[in-house]
Amino acid sequence: MGYFLIRRTVGFVLTLLAVSVVVFAVMNVLPGDPALTILGLDATEDALDALREQLGLNQPLLTRYFLWIWNAVQGDFGISHSFRVPVSTLIGERLPMTISLAVAGMFFTLIIALTLGIGAAARHRKFGDWGVMLISQLGIAIPAFWLSILLVMLFAVKLRWLPPGGFAGWSDPVAAMRSLILPTISLALVQSAVLARVTRSSALEVMRQDFVRTARASGLSRRRVLWRHVLPNALVPIVTIVGMQFAALVTGTIVIENVFYLPGLGRLIFQSIANRDLPTVQALVMLFAAIVVTANFIVDLLYVVIDPRLKARA
Amino acid sequence: MSGHLKNSTLPILALTLGLGAFAANADTIRVGMQQEPTSLDPTTDATASIDSMLTMNVFESLTVVAENGEVKPNLATSWDVSEDGLTYTFQLASGVKFHDGSDFDAEDVLFSFNRAMAEDSVNPSKGIFKPIEKITAIDPQTVEIKLTNKDAFFLFNMGQGDSSIVAAETADTNNTNPIGTGPFKLDSWTRGDKLTLVKNTDYRDADAVALDKVEFRFISDAAAATAAMMAEELDAFPGFPAPELLPQFEADPRFRVNIGSTEGEVILAMNNAKPPFDNIEVRRAVSTAINREEIIEGAMYGQAVPIGSFYPPHGTAYVDLTGAYPHDTEKAKEMFTEAGVAGTTMTLRVPPFPYAMRSAEIIQAELSAAGIDAKVENVEWGFWLEEVYKKKNYDMTIIAHTSPNDMGNFARGPDYFYGYDDEKFTALWDAIRTEADPAKRDDLLKEGQQYLSDQAVHGFLFQMPLLGVFRTGVEGYWASSPVLYMPLKGVSNAG
Repeated sequence: MGYFLIRRTVGFVLTLLAVSVVVFAVMNVLPGDPALTILGLDATEDALDALREQLGLNQPLLTRYFLWIWNAVQGDFGISHSFRVPVSTLIGERLPMTISLAVAGMFFTLIIALTLGIGAAARHRKFGDWGVMLISQLGIAIPAFWLSILLVMLFAVKLRWLPPGGFAGWSDPVAAMRSLILPTISLALVQSAVLARVTRSSALEVMRQDFVRTARASGLSRRRVLWRHVLPNALVPIVTIVGMQFAALVTGTIVIENVFYLPGLGRLIFQSIANRDLPTVQALVMLFAAIVVTANFIVDLLYVVIDPRLKARA
Repeated sequence: MSGHLKNSTLPILALTLGLGAFAANADTIRVGMQQEPTSLDPTTDATASIDSMLTMNVFESLTVVAENGEVKPNLATSWDVSEDGLTYTFQLASGVKFHDGSDFDAEDVLFSFNRAMAEDSVNPSKGIFKPIEKITAIDPQTVEIKLTNKDAFFLFNMGQGDSSIVAAETADTNNTNPIGTGPFKLDSWTRGDKLTLVKNTDYRDADAVALDKVEFRFISDAAAATAAMMAEELDAFPGFPAPELLPQFEADPRFRVNIGSTEGEVILAMNNAKPPFDNIEVRRAVSTAINREEIIEGAMYGQAVPIGSFYPPHGTAYVDLTGAYPHDTEKAKEMFTEAGVAGTTMTLRVPPFPYAMRSAEIIQAELSAAGIDAKVENVEWGFWLEEVYKKKNYDMTIIAHTSPNDMGNFARGPDYFYGYDDEKFTALWDAIRTEADPAKRDDLLKEGQQYLSDQAVHGFLFQMPLLGVFRTGVEGYWASSPVLYMPLKGVSNAG
């Protein structure tokens, strides 16, 4: 296990290092001048030069890369070019929003997908199974932004039950939760469609095994067999997909935050790329990469918990 | 487990049912903004929403431009101009205080302008300060500005966000905590979400300010903006992004739709420095091939006024030149053939704005009907600025020029992205910008429009409209905008 952790930590650092090179190279190769983006079409040459100097863009590329890495290791991600405040402040302001959204999205995804997936497996080749398959096919086909707009039209414009967007802030928890309901549903419905299908097929696979029949024969109820024996044994592929989906949820917030005008990281990265705000984009991409790598790491740990036989191989 | 879930979701649903959208307060207005600012300082960042939210509301300048384009007194209550037109003496308003309680006087004007003109200045319109030779504080209420050459737009330029008067103590933090002298002061700003202004009760004309509180919310997506208005989460969307979504507001008695004018000329820019557009006949052929009515119908859903040159139709010197190159596909075809470019490929690099992308598709079809294989390349804004604007690496593009008095673009020489270098026009522009007499200046501006149309420098398409959606009861917003700001001083909300 100790060896496993060391190997994973080294992998984590190497992955982030590779990401840092790629994101730095891409952002600097990409045509676009941050100074021109900030000062606009009427700016004079000397004002643009003065701003480039202020932003440190006149230094050689390699110097800038190593300065960035050196400072980042010490926890300093630099000053945002367009906001002119520390990038860590920007991320700190927005992280709670995006994490709330992603965690709530994951929570509802799991509940919807496991219930529907196991339910469909239990009613294999019956009406309920077909129903779940049909709905999940629709869920996969519908783009999240379109679903969001439909939900807003119905629940915010027509029925007026929920706000059409914006985030009220956690100082008023009820208002905050109300503003998170529609974005969470939009995220969760699409994701759970995929997961429900994986759950169903994985459960069906397990249900064909001898030990399930034995469990039934020993007198356990169908429901008990499903939740106590089938689900735990079907978890490995489900957890794999959940790990991938958590990463997709975090990046999916980019779309959802724009449609529901929520002040989260997704909207920040979208705006920062357009503004050529290099320090902000670099830090955010690194953060997203770290989240994805961490999610994969947790999935690997969960494998061992779910199936102790894998411990030997780890 | 599923039973447990049901029990916890019910109270949440009940809460959502019980609490509808809160009723609008008469002294408050909730305003939607499409563009989200990253800084709140109009003197160091060109983002248009900084001007539309803060200029003349939080920050003030020596002069102010009225809705009809007239220059009026502001922090300067009056001014004298010397015989030779080179010395301006401004009398400053007395008893004015900044929002932090400090006094406004001549030193603040000196500081603001010296900062804008300094070597390390990052003022987005540093050029407007170029004619200034020297600024002197005669006394705390009087400032004298000497110019090196006459500048007809000087007083107009002194009424822009770029020339806002700021205090030395707070200038460096204005990007997050703007301190000005205006009728409103900053209450709070949640980056990416909303910005709230409250009435400045110490304002010298506080009685004329109807609103106590203004809440700006940033909504970039047009469908989300529509939903927010429809759900009555907003009272006003003064710069509504999507003309195609206006009919549903026009049909709804809860709303009033305004279609006004702006200073934004939308052009099909041609790279005059590069073949084939260095040939005037090719440019004229392009102007003949395009059909403005069709472009306005398709790109703006009919909500725009066509232009035939580079001057806004609401201006005092406007000449209608839209008939200079009547749309005629057959004639355009002949002209392209004569110039030897028929059948060639031309690239149209388009920035990511709906008006530009939609216009591009229609223009592509029109050029193709006239025998030109136009390829549309949709590029991202940063790419456009670098490749098209800075490196002039393009054949044609579509862009709105939103600044007022910007005919001088055509006198910016070969380094500007037009690639247009014409001594005759440069001399004409010099005459325009130094002509102090408004009537004579208008005559010269007419000449300028005529000349640019005659040279067919670009395809002149339409004037960018100002589209606004307001809840009935919201009054006092400008119908048209001669500048980038939108003063809230006269705005009221009957709720």
